[in-house]
Amino acid sequence: MIRFENVSKVYARGARPALDQVSVDVERGEFVFLVGASGSGKSTFLSLVLREQRPTRGRVYVAGRDVANLSGWRVPTLRRQLGVVFQDFRLLQNKTVHENVAFALQVIGKPRHVIRDTVPEVLDMVGLAGKGKRMPTELSGGEQQRAAIARAIVNRPQILLADEPTGNLDPTTSLGIMRLLDRINRTGTTVVMATHDDEIVNEMRRRVVELSDGVVVRDEARGGYGEREAILPDVGASPVLDSPGSGTRAPVQTVRGV
Amino acid sequence: MRFQFVLGEVFSGLRRNTTMVVAVVLVTFVSLTFVGAAALLQAQIGKLKDDWYDLVEVSVFLCPEGSVVPTCAGGEATDTQVDAVRQIIDTELTDEVSKVYFESKEQAFEAFSERYPDGYQGTQLTADDMQASLRLKLSDAEQFAVVSDVLSGRDGVEIVEDQRAVFEPLFRTLNAATLLAAGLAGVMLLAAVLLITTTIRLSAVSRRKETEIMRLVGASNLFIQLPFLLEGALAAVLGSLLAGGGLWLAVRFMVSDWLERSVDWVAYVSEVDVLRVAPLLVVMAVALAALSSFFTLNRYTRI
Repeated sequence: MIRFENVSKVYARGARPALDQVSVDVERGEFVFLVGASGSGKSTFLSLVLREQRPTRGRVYVAGRDVANLSGWRVPTLRRQLGVVFQDFRLLQNKTVHENVAFALQVIGKPRHVIRDTVPEVLDMVGLAGKGKRMPTELSGGEQQRAAIARAIVNRPQILLADEPTGNLDPTTSLGIMRLLDRINRTGTTVVMATHDDEIVNEMRRRVVELSDGVVVRDEARGGYGEREAILPDVGASPVLDSPGSGTRAPVQTVRGV
Repeated sequence: MRFQFVLGEVFSGLRRNTTMVVAVVLVTFVSLTFVGAAALLQAQIGKLKDDWYDLVEVSVFLCPEGSVVPTCAGGEATDTQVDAVRQIIDTELTDEVSKVYFESKEQAFEAFSERYPDGYQGTQLTADDMQASLRLKLSDAEQFAVVSDVLSGRDGVEIVEDQRAVFEPLFRTLNAATLLAAGLAGVMLLAAVLLITTTIRLSAVSRRKETEIMRLVGASNLFIQLPFLLEGALAAVLGSLLAGGGLWLAVRFMVSDWLERSVDWVAYVSEVDVLRVAPLLVVMAVALAALSSFFTLNRYTRI
């Protein structure tokens, strides 16, 4: 469904590549967690799938299309087979939940009767039955994310991309969202979810692809989030904590009195 | 469905951006009024030429006694010379000249006396002070240069004069006014383009969340850009309609109702001419909006 062949992405000439020789193959119907620290390349990975970016080197295939060489006017056709969910929901605040979901169909020219039939169905499926007339601000975070998911799947995409969908939610709400994503996955939709949430990853036991500095460092069929550093690592009296995820200890510094 | 949706987007965009839209309407209104005024001035010049050029003639003045022009070295033009000139007109200028008649000194004196019965500025003139001429009616007044070329320098011809020259100062003035109007129109049109560009940009920025969602769910480029295009076009067309209306009122009240009554021997532009110019203004407005949109949209709503 999604295939990366030796994909590298360099944003600025001479800069460290955001992705470096990444090869990943996601099968139809799979559920894949994309984990890694901030700046490890997760977002670049997703934006390459969406064809918001083109790879510097290598090939990206999405739903059978060579995305890197896709001409501009075909991009909309590609995106109609993809659904996207974000950490910040990105609902239109001046539209009701129903209108937000309908919007995704209206702008790709779906006829009115299709919209009238599909939107309530999808709202029902994501657990927002009867809340179509609410404004996004009248919903809880979890409900807003459900609305966003409804919008992402209303056109029945083959692939659902989720960029830290639980990043703004408390653990209980996150669990609900994960159940929803799991249900969507069971209907045959391929789900790729970038996340920091180790609890969720460990609990779901799905395929995990871990990126670090743009390189795939782990690809496990039923993985967990992986080793985490202790919040307060045993590095002695250190005034400076190293950036999380680098795995190296900060050099011990002693502060001398003046 | 699509159409209705796009229209909805257009109107919500117009509502959100009211002040800018009003500015666009006004600027296109003023600029296109100048364009229209320039066009009407040209139409007016055309009408005057049509009218007046039918009345004017080319005068081929024949050599009088004591002229210093080289072709008059032989003194007053003889009948043979006059006949030779007429011969040339009949053979070489058959297409250009539609009518020829000879005005003798006596006839010239008669016409002069008729116009100035009490003598001209106190002078006492006789027929001998007049100059005989050949009067040519041209089939096309614009052909004067050809006629002048053929006849000037012939023996017995002192000078070839175009009566059209009388109108030149007026036409020069009207042409200068046209240029002024066109120049102002140019400046205002530039302002209009910049303003439409800014309006579309503002509109695009204020709706960037919508456009982002549209991009992500796979709306086509045209579909994303159409509301913005229509917004600019609608405002510009509104301005052009105002310009057409303004010109119509100006012609109706200033020309038809006032000028035509006070100076009635001139043919003026009428409301019909405005109706002829107005569609061009609308087309220009649409082109203007399309041009500005083209440059802006590719930068602000790219896929």
